[in-house]
Amino acid sequence: MPDSRLPDLIARHEADLLAQWAKALSAAGATREDLMKPEELRAQCADLLGSVRQALQRGGNDITGQGWEKVRELLTEISRTRAQQGFTPTATASFVFSLKEPLFQRLRSEHAANPALLVEETWSTTTLVDKLGLFTIESYIKAREDIIRRQQEAMLELSTPVVKLWDGILALPLIGTLDSARTQIVMESLLQRVVTESTDVVILDITGVPTVDTLVAQHLLKTVTAARLMGTDCIISGIRPQIAQTIVHLGVDLTSVITKSSLADAFKVALSRRDLMVVKRKAAAAGAQA
Amino acid sequence: MERIPILQMGQFLIVTIQVDMHDRLALTLQDDLTSRISATNAKGVLIDISALEIVDSFIGRMLANISGMARILDAQTVVTGMQPAVAITLVELGLSLPGIKTALNVERGMQLLRAALGDRQADPEQDDVDAPVEA
Amino acid sequence: MPLSKRDLLPIRAETDIVMVRQAVRKACIEQGFSLVEQTKFVTAASEIARNTLEYGGGGEAALETHIEGVRKGVRIVFTDQGPGIADLEQAMRDGFTTGGGMGHGLGGAKRLVEHFEITSTPGVGTTVAIARWK
Repeated sequence: MPDSRLPDLIARHEADLLAQWAKALSAAGATREDLMKPEELRAQCADLLGSVRQALQRGGNDITGQGWEKVRELLTEISRTRAQQGFTPTATASFVFSLKEPLFQRLRSEHAANPALLVEETWSTTTLVDKLGLFTIESYIKAREDIIRRQQEAMLELSTPVVKLWDGILALPLIGTLDSARTQIVMESLLQRVVTESTDVVILDITGVPTVDTLVAQHLLKTVTAARLMGTDCIISGIRPQIAQTIVHLGVDLTSVITKSSLADAFKVALSRRDLMVVKRKAAAAGAQA
Repeated sequence: MERIPILQMGQFLIVTIQVDMHDRLALTLQDDLTSRISATNAKGVLIDISALEIVDSFIGRMLANISGMARILDAQTVVTGMQPAVAITLVELGLSLPGIKTALNVERGMQLLRAALGDRQADPEQDDVDAPVEA
Repeated sequence: MPLSKRDLLPIRAETDIVMVRQAVRKACIEQGFSLVEQTKFVTAASEIARNTLEYGGGGEAALETHIEGVRKGVRIVFTDQGPGIADLEQAMRDGFTTGGGMGHGLGGAKRLVEHFEITSTPGVGTTVAIARWK
């Protein structure tokens, strides 16, 4: 649409179009005054319509093109905030699609005398608004995905508690399936705690891990190596017989790592590393008297 | 010329690396340290890297070299304070620096060096009498 | 892939590697990378910059920041007009080195980043591009 009349039409009737758009929006139930102030909505409409006009004047109707950057930014921002505010996809899309009606009305009254032109202009306008609508939905979904991803991350952090067993001894009971993303976060939060708690020994307890494949074993090994680089010893405990078998079958070399079958055994090793021991009270008292 | 200062404390040499080192600076440190070890007859070297935001293969190799050369000159080396992000990155890079002794912080590093020294000679009174001396 | 910024950094001397590291760190912080993500990416850039200097005889790095909807990314393209690498597969393997390094340069750098591309023509030069998306 190289010589479209649309930008010119928008320029001449901007205020009127905005008023009509606002009306269409409330008719479509897309205003949601509980979530958003009317003046904020009006400002968004004015911003968007203005930049659509500028984009049309500058660079045709390819909304992925250079001239449409501002419009894309605006729509992305609008969809993102709406996704966060809890607008439904329909309400978000209606925001853009509601612009159709006022535009069509305008076109109709402008080109009433020329039906061929009217059809042509209506068609190009509808494709344009459709594209903008689809872009909005796409950004909306992206924003939602982003929210989901962040929640997943938060959940991951919650699902891997680092516990302090004694001064200088930390334990990380791992429960459930370990994948790369989770191991990554586990490793980071564990090593961060190692620094803040100035830890001598860390126990990775995998009693609650159902299966260990090559990748998981390598991840564990990487955590142990990273801890060693920082100056802390790592013990892996809770290795069940079938997991020991898989580890050997997979050919993963854990010879450089201290492994214990139970958390209790690992704790004993950790205590002896710290030059500590657990004794029965009676024995201790007898020892003190002797 | 730009240099990383080396401090002497009794039988130990202490270095804290606080700048993003370019390669030549790292090599200079390697040279300086080895000559200081033999000049002072130091028995331990502590390198604190807690301020380093990255350790790439070049700096990693320098640390391994220093440790190896010091060993030949009869001194133990301990690298202290490596940041978690740096450790994770080094492991991913494939550099686990197997020959290097590490400790969480300078205090633990000194304990480690003293313990290693105590194992070898029964005269623990020799160290920590001198105040730090600028190299 | 909308480009929001592009800087050209020369790699002519050892101190330039430090400049590259610092510029990349800054870009990673701007894009909201986590500390570990930053460190991995900066380390990879350092490895490749050294490769460009040592084997490529110097060159330049184009540091680009991208914003694509909610995704943000950093991309660096290292170019040199050096002798090029005849056997890329061999060069990527751990332990292979023709210089003084441990041979972790390229292979190690590849493991640290999400996207790694290398093209090399003997006699013409080498181009390495790395990228990471948030």
